Amino acid sequence: MKGSVRFENVTKKFGEVVALKPLSLDITPGTLVTLLGPSGCGKTTTLRLIAGLESASEGRILIGGQDVTHLSATYRKVSMVFQSYALFPHMTVLENVGYGLSVKGMPKAEVKARAEAGLETVGLKDFGARLPSELSGGQQQRVAVARAIVLEPEVLLLDEPLSNLDAKLRRHVREEIRQIQQRLGLTAVYVTHDQEEAMAVSDRIIVMKNAEIAQEGTPHDLYDRPENAFIADFIGDANLIDVEVTKSGAETEIALQGRRLTLPLASTATGPSKMVLRPHHIRLSREPGPERLPAEVTYAAWLGNSVQYTLSTAVGPIFAIAPPQPLPFRQGDSVQLAFAPGDVRLVPA
Amino acid sequence: MRRTAGLWLLIGLGAYGLMPWYMVAGGFWSFGWLGTERSALGWALADRAWLWLPLMGCAIAGATLVVARKQLSVARGLVAGGASGLLLLAAQGLVILGNGPRLGLMEGATQPGMGAGAFVVAAALLFLLTTGVSGLGRGRGDAFITGMIGAIIALVGVFVFYPMSFILIRAFELRGGAGLGVSEFLPRFFAPEIWSPACLLGTGYCGAALNSLLLGIATAASTTLLGLAFALIFTRTNFRAKRLLRVLTILPIITPPFVIGLALILLFGRSGTVTEFFADAFGWEKTRWLYGFWGVWLAQTLSFTPIAFLVLIGVVEGVSPSMEEASQTLDANRWQTFRFVSLPLMRPGLANAFLLGFIESLADFGNPLVLGGNFNVLSTEIYFAIVGTVADPAKAAILSLILLSLTLGAFMAQRKWLGKKNYATVTGKGDSGRHAALNPGLRVACYAIALPWAAFTLVLYALIVFGSFVKLWGYDHSLTFEHYTRAFGIVFRNGVHFTGAAWDSYVTTITIAAIAAPLTAAVGLATAYLLVRQKFTGKDAFEFSTMLSFAIPGTVIGVAYVMAFNFPPIELTATGLILVIVFVFRNMPVGVRGGIAAMSQLDKSLDEASITLGANSATTLRRVILPLMGPAILAALTYAFVRAITSVSAVIFLVSARYNMATSFIVGRVENGEFGIAIAYATVLIFTMLAAILALQLIIGRRKLRRADRIEAH
Repeated sequence: MKGSVRFENVTKKFGEVVALKPLSLDITPGTLVTLLGPSGCGKTTTLRLIAGLESASEGRILIGGQDVTHLSATYRKVSMVFQSYALFPHMTVLENVGYGLSVKGMPKAEVKARAEAGLETVGLKDFGARLPSELSGGQQQRVAVARAIVLEPEVLLLDEPLSNLDAKLRRHVREEIRQIQQRLGLTAVYVTHDQEEAMAVSDRIIVMKNAEIAQEGTPHDLYDRPENAFIADFIGDANLIDVEVTKSGAETEIALQGRRLTLPLASTATGPSKMVLRPHHIRLSREPGPERLPAEVTYAAWLGNSVQYTLSTAVGPIFAIAPPQPLPFRQGDSVQLAFAPGDVRLVPA
Repeated sequence: MRRTAGLWLLIGLGAYGLMPWYMVAGGFWSFGWLGTERSALGWALADRAWLWLPLMGCAIAGATLVVARKQLSVARGLVAGGASGLLLLAAQGLVILGNGPRLGLMEGATQPGMGAGAFVVAAALLFLLTTGVSGLGRGRGDAFITGMIGAIIALVGVFVFYPMSFILIRAFELRGGAGLGVSEFLPRFFAPEIWSPACLLGTGYCGAALNSLLLGIATAASTTLLGLAFALIFTRTNFRAKRLLRVLTILPIITPPFVIGLALILLFGRSGTVTEFFADAFGWEKTRWLYGFWGVWLAQTLSFTPIAFLVLIGVVEGVSPSMEEASQTLDANRWQTFRFVSLPLMRPGLANAFLLGFIESLADFGNPLVLGGNFNVLSTEIYFAIVGTVADPAKAAILSLILLSLTLGAFMAQRKWLGKKNYATVTGKGDSGRHAALNPGLRVACYAIALPWAAFTLVLYALIVFGSFVKLWGYDHSLTFEHYTRAFGIVFRNGVHFTGAAWDSYVTTITIAAIAAPLTAAVGLATAYLLVRQKFTGKDAFEFSTMLSFAIPGTVIGVAYVMAFNFPPIELTATGLILVIVFVFRNMPVGVRGGIAAMSQLDKSLDEASITLGANSATTLRRVILPLMGPAILAALTYAFVRAITSVSAVIFLVSARYNMATSFIVGRVENGEFGIAIAYATVLIFTMLAAILALQLIIGRRKLRRADRIEAH
C-alpha cells in the first residue's frame, strides 16, 4: 500500500565488511519511524538502501508494495533530506526546491508555482531568490525539507537532519518537521544517533546495534520495557546492577547484596540477571532502612534544574538524579539509597 | 533500457546502410562521399561479403528487442549482440588488410582503413553492449554510467593499448619478416651500444640506456633540491618577490621544447656570450662542453625545476603547522623542528618529486636533441632509429621497450611505495597554526641555492626574446625584424597574403590544439567522474590504465602510433585526426588529475540529492556537477591547449606535409642551424600561450584564492 516500506531479509556487504545483517522491517504508511543507534550500527546504510543509493546484497525491498530492489534511486518515489542539506550552491532557493520537478519535465510555470508553495509550507515564502549561502543553517535545513516534500514522495527520508544545527534550534526544527509530516500524512524514516531527538519525533523507533535491530517499538515501549541492557542504557540513562533472580513467576524475587526484594513484574527463569534502575527513580536520605543501600557520594553536581550524584556502592558506581533542591549532600557524605520496586526492570545479564 | 537500446540499434543500422564504411579522401565533413562512396551494406552486397559480419551483432540485438519479454533476457541478448558484433567487426578489420588478408583466410581480399561508418557502427554496438550490461544490474543499473565506462575503456584500448602492443610485437620481430622470436630480441635488447658502461671506465661512449639512467638520476636530484629550496622560500620565509616565483611555475608549461636548449647555446655555445667573454678576458679555450651530458643536464634542470617546485609547495604546505608548533612547545629550536619533524614528514613528497623528475628527464626529447651531441639517450635514439638514414623499426621498438620499462618502473614505484605511506597531515579540520619560519642558516642556504638559479632562468628567458631580434647571434648583433617577417610575414598586395614560412604550421597547431583541448578535457573529466563518484568492479585497473599514458614517453607513443595506424584497419597517419588523438590521450591524465582534485571537493551528497530528487546521472552531471566544476574545466581546457602546442616528442613522428606542427617546424629550423627564426617562432608561441592562460585567469577571476600565507614574523 502507498507509503509503506518493507524489508525482507535485506543484507548489505561492502567487500568483506557486513554493513547490515539480514534485516526485516515494516513501516506503516503515514508514520514517522526513527532508525536510532550509535555510529556504525547500520542505520544510515538502511536509509540509503531505502533511497536506492546503495543496492542490497541480498533480500527484497518493497516501497508501496512494489519491489524496488533493483530500481535505481532516480525512479524510486522517495526523497531525502541530507545531513549536510546538499543544497545546490549554484542555484537559488527556488531553483533548488523546483529541481526535482523540473528534471521530471514539468512546465516551468507549474514548477515555479509548486516550488513557491513548498517554500510557503516551510515558512520561507520570500526567500526564493536567494542563494543557499545567504541563508542561516536553520533556513537551509528548511529549504532541504521543502525540496524533498514538493515531489510528494511516498516516503520522506531524513538523514540526521538536525546534526548541523545548534542545540536550541534543534528542538524548534524537529517540532516543525514533525508537524509537516503529520499535516501532510507523510511516511518518514528518520535517522539519528540522539535518543532524545528520536523520542521527541517518532511514532516508532527502531534501535540498531552492530548491523542489526536491537529492539523496536514506540518510544514508551523502549523506555519502559527494554529487552536488553543495551536498550536500557541507550534509551534514557540507566544503572545496570547485577542481581540474582531467586524466584520467577508472576512476581519476581531477586537477591541484591544479601537483601531480598520482591518486584511486581513477571519473569520466566531464575539465575543471574541485570536490574535496570533509572537515575531519577533513586531517592537519597541519611537514615538507614531495611531496603536501603548504603552509599558514599563521590561526585555531586548542581545543574540548576537537577542535582546529579555519582555514588560509590557495594554493587559499583551508581548515577542518581535528584530534584533541584539546594545541594543537600556533599562529596564524601555517607547516604542511603532507596527506590520503589515498581520502578525496577530486569533485563538478561 | 529498451528505448536506449532501440535508439542505438537504429543509429548503428543507419550508419551501416548509409554512411561510408571506409576512410574517404577529402575528409568526412566535405560530404564529397555523398552518392559516390559505398556504405557497408553497399560493399557487402557487392563483393566484400565479410562486411556482413558486423551486421550479425545488430541482428542479434534487434531480434532480442523484438522477441524477449523479461528484462534480464533482453539484457543478456544485448550483451551477446553487442559483444559479438564488436568482435566480428574487429576480426574482419584485423584479418583483411590493405595488401591482403592474414592467416590465409579470404585469399586475395583487400580493404582500406575504416572510416566514419565503421566508427559509428562500432560505437552503436558498444553502447548496445553497455546498455545490456546495465540491464544486468551493473553500475547501479545506469546505462549512462556503463556507457561512459565502456566508451573510455574502448578509447583507451584502441588508442593506448592497441598501438603499444605493436611496440611489443615489433621488438620480437625477426629480420626479413621471418616471424616472431626471442633469438634476435635478447642480443639486441642487451646490446652494448645500449648498455655499455664505457664512459664510466673512461674508454669511450656509454650506451644510450645507461646515459638516460644517469641523466635521469642527476636531473631528478638537482630538480628536487632546487625545488625544495624554492618551496621553502615560498612557504616559510617573508621573501618579497613570491609572485615572481609563481611565474616560474608557469614558465615550463608555456615553454616550447628546444627553447631552453637554444638559450643555453646562445650563452654557452661555441660562440655564446659567456664563452666569448671568457675567451676574450682570460684567453680560455672555446670548448663544446655544452654539447653532452652537462649541457643536457643543465637544460633539463632548468626545464623541470618548476615542476618539482610545484609538487613540493603542496608538500611543504601540507605539513600541519600544529605539528611544528607542538615541536616548538617541546623546546625544540627551529633547526631541530625542521630536521626532526618537518623534513621527515616531507619525505614522501620529496620521493615523489624525485620520481617525477626522473620520468620527465627520461621522456625529454627536445633538450637532448639540441644539446646531446655524442651523448645519446634513449628518446633521441628512438627518433633516429625511425627517421635516420637507416630506418630500423625493430631497434626503435626495442629502445622504446627499454625506455618504457624504465619510466613504468619509476611510475609503479611511485604508486606502490608512496601509495602506502601517507604522511599527509592535512585534515578536513581547520588547522589555524602558523608554519615555523626557517632557522637563519637554512634560510640563507635556500636563498643562496634558489635565487641565483631564479635569476639565471629569467636571464635565459629575456635572452630568448632578445635573441629573436638579433641578426646572427655571436657574429652580427644588429637588431632586426627579419626573423619575424620571414616566419610571420603578411603582404598586403591584391589582398592579404600570409607569406611567412611559419603561418601554415602555426594555424595548424592552433587549430589542432583547439580541437584537442575540449576533447581532452571531456575524456579526462569523464574519467575523473567515474573514478571519484562511481563504484564498479575493476575500478583499480581502470584507473591504472587511464593514468598509464602519463608514464609512456612521447617518443614511444609516437613510434607506436606510426607502427599501428599506418595501415588498415585504422589508417590515420598523415591526417590531422591522428594529431588530435595523440594529444587527447597524451594529456588525458592531466585532465583526470585535475578533475579528481576538483570533484573530491564537491560533497558527494550533492549528486545523491539530485539522484533522489529523480534526476538520472546524465542530468545530474549536466545540471549539478558541471556547473560547479567550472574552474576545473577551464583549467583542463587551457592546460590541454597549451600542452598540445608545446608537445614535440610524439608529434614529430606524426606530422605530415599537410599537417605540420609548430614544434616540428622549429626542429627543422634548429637542424638547419637557423636559430633566429626558431627563437622568433618560439617567442610568438610563448606569447600566444601566455595570452591563452591570462584569458583563462580572467574568466575564472579570483575564485580560486589560495590560503593566505601565514608565516610567523622574525
